[in-house]
Amino acid sequence: MSIEMSLQRPRVTSPAQSTRAAKAARRDPRTELRPIRIIITTLAIAFLSIFVVLPLVVVFAEAFAKGVSAYATALIDPEALSAIRLTLLVALVSVATNLVCGLAAAWAIAKFEFPGKTVLITLIDLPFSVSPVISGLVFVLLFGAQGFFGPWLQAHHLQILFAFPGIALATVFVTFPFVARALIPLMQEQGTQEEEAAISLGASGLQTFFRVTLPNIKWGVLYGVLLCNARAMGEFGAVSVVSGHVRGETNTMPLLVEILYNEYQMVASFAIASLLAMLALITLIAKTVLERQLDEEVPRDH
Amino acid sequence: MTIEARGVVKTFGTFKALDNVDLKVANGELLALLGPSGSGKTTLLRIIAGLDWPDSGEILFDGENALERGVRERHVGFVFQHYALFRHMTVFENVAFGLRVKPRKIRKSEAQIRSKVSELLDLVQLDWLADRYPNQLSGGQRQRVALARALAIEPRILLLDEPFGALDAKVRKELRQWLRSLHNDLNVTSIFVTHDQEEALEVAHRVVVMDKGRIEQVGAPTEVYDNPATAFVHGFIGESITLPVEVSAGHVALNGRPLDITAEDAASGASTLFVRRHDMLIGPAGSGSLQGAVTHVRSFGPVQRAEVALAEGPTTIEIDAPRDRELKVGDLVGLKPRRYRIFAG
Repeated sequence: MSIEMSLQRPRVTSPAQSTRAAKAARRDPRTELRPIRIIITTLAIAFLSIFVVLPLVVVFAEAFAKGVSAYATALIDPEALSAIRLTLLVALVSVATNLVCGLAAAWAIAKFEFPGKTVLITLIDLPFSVSPVISGLVFVLLFGAQGFFGPWLQAHHLQILFAFPGIALATVFVTFPFVARALIPLMQEQGTQEEEAAISLGASGLQTFFRVTLPNIKWGVLYGVLLCNARAMGEFGAVSVVSGHVRGETNTMPLLVEILYNEYQMVASFAIASLLAMLALITLIAKTVLERQLDEEVPRDH
Repeated sequence: MTIEARGVVKTFGTFKALDNVDLKVANGELLALLGPSGSGKTTLLRIIAGLDWPDSGEILFDGENALERGVRERHVGFVFQHYALFRHMTVFENVAFGLRVKPRKIRKSEAQIRSKVSELLDLVQLDWLADRYPNQLSGGQRQRVALARALAIEPRILLLDEPFGALDAKVRKELRQWLRSLHNDLNVTSIFVTHDQEEALEVAHRVVVMDKGRIEQVGAPTEVYDNPATAFVHGFIGESITLPVEVSAGHVALNGRPLDITAEDAASGASTLFVRRHDMLIGPAGSGSLQGAVTHVRSFGPVQRAEVALAEGPTTIEIDAPRDRELKVGDLVGLKPRRYRIFAG
């Protein structure tokens, strides 16, 4: 027998031989029987349709229930515009603050050893484990008229609660973990060797950060910012407690959705909601793209 | 530049990484720090580089206190074990990094940087890979990029942490010779860390053998191999036969049976006899100082490796014998150590 012939696989798949028993014996051990596969897949799709796709469709259907012009009118209403402006501003402040603080926290945790590190890691997660309402309440207790800083703030005519600063503070608090959580595992994985190399080559601390550390984590940073932004725009509980619901002034988009809904202004309510839903969809797509990029940042060699 | 370490101590928690280490490195020398993992060799290298700080002791560069200066001011070229190349930069930018981060006053022009980097890439024979990214290179290529990058800052000393540790055997051998000839050309004081004795003995001018944070022996490769100063060095470098023996008043005994060798200056008490595998001579049964039966023979290259079960004790030893007289399983033989060392303990 020639070598080429001996290397050929024996043909066991000829139609004549493929009896039912043989088929069962050759079944891929990693997969389930066909009926089971169908049941499980149907279940998953049904669940997603009812709990995810359907609500999304309803939002847009309700928003456009009285036509495109009604939808547009609802969106250019001064109250709506004010809410959109406030939401964007709050998101901007939260993202900027949490970008800087999250980077600092992640850097400290991933690159240095210091006492109290475990406590810090736990504290970073705190906003996730506390109910948003409590998060808002904390700021009422701190900055409210009867609160800890209340008298001092009143004496200096500083308004924090029921105004932009309060809403921003509560949102920053609730969204703090996103950037830090996205970066800590990434930076821990990457280690400190590249930084050490940079310093040994004469780079200063800032040069090392901007030329080595930051380029290595840029996708992770964007990922954190994206999630942070999505939550900052969508936050309801904490903001609801500190906002005071002053119409046209301290209502963010989620708060306005609730108010309009309670007043039976369905089109207006769902029009604003549709904006938030679109934000969610954009976030979802961007997240998928970023996750692909992020995979490349995790070191694969060594 | 000369390097000197005086009484360097470093502990991590309760682990003593360096225990009072003294070391002098001559100008232009190529020195190997050799030891098992956890022996403190990398810690010593990092302290010399300024990436770690000793708990106590001194580091002197040309007689000047180096500990006053941070890693940036020491002008040390450091090659990391896993290369630590900047993964988002091309090979060219990796090598150029040290030149680009210099303060504006002393920074070279873009054209000068370009020509310097090309020169370095020529030196490490990688000019054709300038536009690649680190993850597109083989291990040996990464290693050479890391070296070029370290050389770009014209370091006064070159420190290499396990330079060939992550490479396969063939590439290691090539890079060894290449490193030695490169060192001859550059003549910069260099220290490299390795756990591979062959690498240390083949490449370095002098070898520093370390164990448990202490220096066991410093010497030329021949000296370290031929005259091990301690039991650890004898056991770590080269392959040795070790036998637990009893020394009393100049006599040596194995399991109560006297051996026909002198204890030289070994102190009385429980000791260990060290013999290199090729220093145990095989003769006819009844001759020599040990008796045994051949239980296994493997022949390759210029030697045959025989396993011999000793009559004196329940031990089997491996001996490398020349192939002038072929051994067979079952042969009764007499053994005589041509050269040996006895260390207490």
